[in-house]
Amino acid sequence: MAAPAATPLYFPPGDGAPSGKSRLMFRFLVRRVIGALVILLIISAITFWLFYAVPRDPAMMSCGKNCTPENLEQIRKNLGIDKPIPVQYWLWLVGIFAGRNYAGFDYCNAPCLGYSFANREPVYDTIMDRLPTTLSLAFGAAVVFLILGIGAGMLAALKQGKFLDKFASSASLLGSSLQIYFVGYIAMFFFVAQLGWLSQPQYTPLTDDPGAWFSGLLLPWLVLAIIFTANYTRMTRSQLVEQLSEDYVRTARAKGLSRANVFFRFAWRGAMGPIVTVFGIDLGTLIGGAIITESTFSLQGIGRLAVKSVDQSDLPMLLGVTLLAAGAIVFFNILVDAVYALIDPRIRLA
Amino acid sequence: MTSTDQQPFLSVKDLQVHFSTEDGIVKAVDGLSFDLIKGQTLGIVGESGSGKSVTNLTILGLHDRAHTAIEGEILLDGKELLTASEKELERLRGNKMSMIFQDALASLSPFHTIGTQIGETYRKHTGASKKEARARAIEMLKRVGIPQPDVRVDDYPHQFSGGMRQRAMIAMALVCDPELLIADEPTTALDVTVQAQILDLLKELQQEFGTAIIFITHDLGVIADIADDVLVMYGGRCVERGTKEEVLSSPQHPYTLGLLGSMPSLDGPVDVPLSPIPGSPPSLLNPPSGCRFHPRCTFADKVAGGLCSTERPLLDVVDGRGSACHLPPKQRGDLFADFAAARH
Amino acid sequence: MSNAQPLLDVSGLTKHFPIKGGFPIKRTVGAVQAVDGLDFQVAEGEALGLVGESGCGKSTTGRLITRLLEPTGGKISYRGQDITHAGRRDLAPIRSEIQMIFQDPYASLNPRQTVGKIISGPMEINDINPAGGREARVRELLEIVGLNPEHYNRFPHEFSGGQRQRIGVARALALEPKLIVADEPVSALDVSIQAQVVNLLQKVQRELGIAFVFIAHDLAIVRHFSQRVAVMYLGKIVEIADREDLYDNPRHPYTRALLSAVPEATVDQEPRERIRLTGDVPSPINPPSGCRFRTRCWKATEKCATEAPPLVQVEGNKPGHLTACHYPETADAVPAPRLSKDPEAAA
Repeated sequence: MAAPAATPLYFPPGDGAPSGKSRLMFRFLVRRVIGALVILLIISAITFWLFYAVPRDPAMMSCGKNCTPENLEQIRKNLGIDKPIPVQYWLWLVGIFAGRNYAGFDYCNAPCLGYSFANREPVYDTIMDRLPTTLSLAFGAAVVFLILGIGAGMLAALKQGKFLDKFASSASLLGSSLQIYFVGYIAMFFFVAQLGWLSQPQYTPLTDDPGAWFSGLLLPWLVLAIIFTANYTRMTRSQLVEQLSEDYVRTARAKGLSRANVFFRFAWRGAMGPIVTVFGIDLGTLIGGAIITESTFSLQGIGRLAVKSVDQSDLPMLLGVTLLAAGAIVFFNILVDAVYALIDPRIRLA
Repeated sequence: MTSTDQQPFLSVKDLQVHFSTEDGIVKAVDGLSFDLIKGQTLGIVGESGSGKSVTNLTILGLHDRAHTAIEGEILLDGKELLTASEKELERLRGNKMSMIFQDALASLSPFHTIGTQIGETYRKHTGASKKEARARAIEMLKRVGIPQPDVRVDDYPHQFSGGMRQRAMIAMALVCDPELLIADEPTTALDVTVQAQILDLLKELQQEFGTAIIFITHDLGVIADIADDVLVMYGGRCVERGTKEEVLSSPQHPYTLGLLGSMPSLDGPVDVPLSPIPGSPPSLLNPPSGCRFHPRCTFADKVAGGLCSTERPLLDVVDGRGSACHLPPKQRGDLFADFAAARH
Repeated sequence: MSNAQPLLDVSGLTKHFPIKGGFPIKRTVGAVQAVDGLDFQVAEGEALGLVGESGCGKSTTGRLITRLLEPTGGKISYRGQDITHAGRRDLAPIRSEIQMIFQDPYASLNPRQTVGKIISGPMEINDINPAGGREARVRELLEIVGLNPEHYNRFPHEFSGGQRQRIGVARALALEPKLIVADEPVSALDVSIQAQVVNLLQKVQRELGIAFVFIAHDLAIVRHFSQRVAVMYLGKIVEIADREDLYDNPRHPYTRALLSAVPEATVDQEPRERIRLTGDVPSPINPPSGCRFRTRCWKATEKCATEAPPLVQVEGNKPGHLTACHYPETADAVPAPRLSKDPEAAA
């Protein structure tokens, strides 16, 4: 009962009403970005703390077989883990903005995420090296599942109850119950090994050879998209069916507008909001790494980096990847809310 | 109708609308006929499930075609609508015949400005440019009494108050000077003072443009205010029709009488209970046999031979006045007089 | 009414809903003044009607009385006990004596519970064991509200709208309340069913001696049901009087305009007075200064903008007839002119 029960949804001009769309949008973005930074800070602190909650000594791992206490001490010093945990966290944080000096390593320029415990490479460089693979995979798959999912959902909504609708619904159910590692291997077996239609999945930078980039990622895109397509088909269909039964759609028809016009300009406009919301979440998640897909197709992306850093108790790497994944989700969340407000003028940014 | 020498502009003949649902066939409209001449307002009264809204969606061809079976004739200015193609109907809708709905907030697109929504109707039917359409939208908003129309034209529906939204709906419906306006409970969701404004506006606009109006409502008070002729529907059938004076002052059908008895008035007696109609409106999946009102009718047992439950009473119309009841008119008059006397 | 202690005594009742906003840190930047200083009493067994248009605060008032909402200010006394900010424990014994009937007969009944369970629910919660058992009591209640006691085990969806509202009435009666707050109890029903429910409520009120706060926008139904009527506008009571006084001799211009706007299903009588208010009810966020009705009033002067008229017994009123107006109407007043003033500009 927080809202007033019977106050009219009516704000006369200059009466607490929205004053200037762009100013509202700016305020919204500033507020949300500040919020996002706070969230990332909290996440990194929690990760830091959790890492040390499990008793372990990363220096021991790097020390190797002939480890002397002196060596161990030196490694600790080099890695910067000889100091108390809050100090370590503070130094790590400062490093992101100001760079950091490590004993025994090159100076680490800002944004400095430290050096990997495992291979002593700068974390930032490693992530930047892996990111294009993950981005290509995520955006490519997104294009595929958006086109297929929304297309099939629209057809199903148009042909409600007909064969096409039932077919799309069954196919989406089937798709959503498949597993990537299973479909991936089958697909590779047939399309690559048996038929030779596609090349072995691998990542070639887009800037090096667009053709190779495309053909190397096509199979992972398609396989990754299968899982998502189903969800988008179902969502598009149900949203459209709901919107098509809305009063304002009937009004648009009563004005003499054609079916197609009403479908795209009215019903689809209304259906878009929830779809954009879910898409934002999906995309954010994908940029944090598609672990199974990357493993299945032996692609060196963020997902595998994350798994490896956990295996190797590689705190700086783990922190870097966590920050990236969380950042992606937070970023797309803000973007979704902003886009939602553009789609639906009733949404008041606050 | 009141004057017989004028050609009816809209003529509905023996309309039957049945639609199939998961639960069975809904007999939403069962043999409905009426005529409407230009510049006149026909009030259609009925409760939920009386078929009043279905009838009017059918006139515009907005019913769910896949699941609906229709018989009868709907002639608009001599043109048969039931056999018209979708393209032809699209040309007529919003142009020659328009509709306004009860819930203006839900019925206006939340995604487009008021000006766009009014303008697109105009552009669709006149081929006007965006600029002309906008000018026309402002003109219409001004005509329906929206203050600062040149500013408000760029507002979205949610920025309007309830009364202003209904005004905007009216502006949108009348933007192409339609000859027929169907108003489906347009004031039901509004406050009384705003309702009075909207009713006045509709009457004014009708005088100005000579529009024929079908006004659907459940409120006999609103009928008294706006209608010329009245058609009372119950269970998908017309049970009584006539001028509003005839129907409201000397009802001929027990249902109409019951409706009047259910409504308290501002100056009637206060310490006597109301005289409600017992029971509930029928389900159109399994409508009662014979007269559809007979299970709720206080007078059904006054008709010999249980005719009410076996035979459909015919609606015989003389000079636009008629009712569908088995009770002989003489007996009806006496019984109704007693009934009314008991109330006052 | 004035000699005994009233059942319910409300004074200065206020509810403001805060509006959050501001930048960069959100704070309360204003308030929706839903209810702003109400004074009224309800005597035992009396039916008080609360009428007004949407946004006038009548529903909020109902929720404040039943303490579903926490008042921002003012005082609510039930039988002399201050319950304005009473906590859960203090309210418990009173909750059973003040019951509510809601507008939407579909949304206000749990679809997963049988009718028996719905009606006996309040008895379980309050641990009341009537003689003969709860089931017998529920069957008795079903009989009182005109439903078949055999329908004890049915679910709400098996009933029509009017029957559901009867279930709602039975539930409210289960604890033998002293006061029922009915918020638009018939406005969602068909005309022919409305009368059934109004008659039922009237029977309950008369025969069981239950006091009612009857909230509705339909002036004719309020007149039929209530002994006393309060007219609300933008969070304030503008006029309160015994039924006959209010309807026959409205003193506030708003009451008069409201009454004249009600369409009546009669055609043979001389046409009634017509006052057409222009514009809409202003926003309760920034209500007009002074008299809140002044932006739509044809009598408004400078005084109305600066001075809020108190709710008092103005000259010519019978005792108990209170009007909040600087220029009250008189029976032989010249009919109000039709307003042409731009209400937006005035606000």
